[in-house]
Amino acid sequence: MVSTQGIAQSPQSAQPAFKTAASGARIDVSDVSHRFSLHGAALPVLDDVSFSVAPGEFVALLGPSGCGKSTLLRLVAGLDVPALGTVSSNGVAIRGPDPSRVVVFQDPTLYPWRTVRANVGLGPEAQRRRRRFPWSGVRSVEPRPEGERSAEQRIDAALRLVGLTDFEAAYPHQLSGGMAQRVALARALVNDPELLVLDEPFGKLDSLTRLRMQGELVKLWLDARFSVLLVTHDVEEALFLANRVIVFSERPARVTAEVRNDAPYPRHRDDPKLVELRREVLALLGLVA
Amino acid sequence: MSGTPHFDPASGHPGVGFQPHAAGNRTKPSRVSVASVSQAGPSLLPAWLAALAWLVSAGLTRWWPDADEWPHTGDLLVLKLMLTATGLLVGVAARRSILARQPDASPSRAERWLTAMPWLVALAVGVTAWEILSAKLEWLPRPFFAPPQALIAVFFDDFPRLGSSVAHSFGLLAYGYVIGAVAGFVTGVGIGWSRAVGYWLHPVLRLIGPLPATAWLPLAFFFFPSSFSASVFLIALATGFPVAVLTWSGVAGVNSAFYDIARTLGARPGFLILKVAIPAALPSVFVGLFMGLGASFSVLIVAEMMGVKAGLGWYLQWAQGWAAYSNMYAALLVMALMCSGLITLLFRFRDRLLAWQKGLLKW
Repeated sequence: MVSTQGIAQSPQSAQPAFKTAASGARIDVSDVSHRFSLHGAALPVLDDVSFSVAPGEFVALLGPSGCGKSTLLRLVAGLDVPALGTVSSNGVAIRGPDPSRVVVFQDPTLYPWRTVRANVGLGPEAQRRRRRFPWSGVRSVEPRPEGERSAEQRIDAALRLVGLTDFEAAYPHQLSGGMAQRVALARALVNDPELLVLDEPFGKLDSLTRLRMQGELVKLWLDARFSVLLVTHDVEEALFLANRVIVFSERPARVTAEVRNDAPYPRHRDDPKLVELRREVLALLGLVA
Repeated sequence: MSGTPHFDPASGHPGVGFQPHAAGNRTKPSRVSVASVSQAGPSLLPAWLAALAWLVSAGLTRWWPDADEWPHTGDLLVLKLMLTATGLLVGVAARRSILARQPDASPSRAERWLTAMPWLVALAVGVTAWEILSAKLEWLPRPFFAPPQALIAVFFDDFPRLGSSVAHSFGLLAYGYVIGAVAGFVTGVGIGWSRAVGYWLHPVLRLIGPLPATAWLPLAFFFFPSSFSASVFLIALATGFPVAVLTWSGVAGVNSAFYDIARTLGARPGFLILKVAIPAALPSVFVGLFMGLGASFSVLIVAEMMGVKAGLGWYLQWAQGWAAYSNMYAALLVMALMCSGLITLLFRFRDRLLAWQKGLLKW
């Protein structure tokens, strides 16, 4: 692989759009089992799953579809609580959702009644302190730390990052699928997340858009260095993006293997090493390529 | 908003299509060859026809003597001549704007008025036929069918009474509708959002809601201190039920992923209700408001006929007592304009609030 550019994680990279400090969260999933009740019967989805994500690491969860990966993501996001075991972030058990761990779902799920800009600004708006008296217009805002940017500046930066500044006044129904998913990404990034949780974020995009968005995601991650937990069933996507690929079995999901991918970024899709890893991972999934 | 029952926008006035993209009126500049330039604009014929029809109708009024003497026939003549002038003006203005128009410009106001001209022709034909059958030939039995000038007479001579009736009706309706809509909205959000509220209110709503509000009439007039407050209660009841049910269904049907997104972004319950559930439910809420408005009209008129001593319902009752049939027709016309106007207002408000939706129904 010929890499003409150095890896873009040099600290002096001019004016990074998002925090460059080692701000990634450490995620520990230990001995987690979970089940759904479906028509009264218990349906096990996760069976004693353990793994962890180091700060700033990009981890892909790979498995057959419907195996329970998305359930795992909901647990990490704090949207559900595991039946058994613990999920913790930076050593603290996750008890509920928190804007430091943002989820991007397969569907962009933008609010159709909000413009692109208002959708991106959802997080800052939701986290804003309530007005003490709604009619007085005075908000009981905690003083911002010195040097922290205002919500409007962060929204501007996020829109610029995904290249949608010109569309900030558009409504979601006016966007293409790829643009909508970019807005969803910007909506997540605005919150300066420590962990980005991606649930097959490019699954519904056309293949060209998907490739381009994968490249952009790598750039973003190299720049901001949050931790990433990506669920996918696309082997190439997992290998192109992640430091480490965790392979799951059929439902109930168990960790069957971990594949470390040390190839430097930016990666090349037909790097022989990736091709080799791909064969290995497909074999782990029971597919002889 | 696909689920609007009992309401077909296509049957509305074709002349009121204030859509900027009314495709039918648009010329396609790239495909227009020089030879077909004369066909580029919409036809002016309906405007000329409308003017002609009203002119002929005016001549009929002027030179064909009525079978009996009717006051205000002169005013009818003036009205017809004004409508003739309207047709001419629209035709001239549309012709001018079509000639001056850039190929890609959207239709001007005059051209949009042009789409109403076929209706002006039909109106001329209808009014003339009505006048011939009533005033000229008296084929329609006399006291029950009034000629057009009798309606004009009512509007001129009985204006104070009719005007105050409209004001009273409007006041009563506004009180009842606003109270009912707010109560229904709050109830609907409560049932849709909170399991506890749903547990207690849902059975009550199911039992009381389908009961026609007018069934409460005898009791309401007995319980309430005044017939006005009783009527406010009845109108609110009639409005509240559809608003509550449709708000509830709107809130219950919100995509749960919208909540997940907001929660991961740090939203509290207040934000989830005010900024997620309610905006997402608004299209459905407006269906409820529309149905509630229709229900409130009917309760309003019944309440005014039964107990309130003012308003259009009372006016109808009063006119019936005097066998003043032309007054009844006039009151019906005013009532139709008022109800239709209020519904138009509601839809305008909705269009403004829900501009983010595509494919809104046009009223």
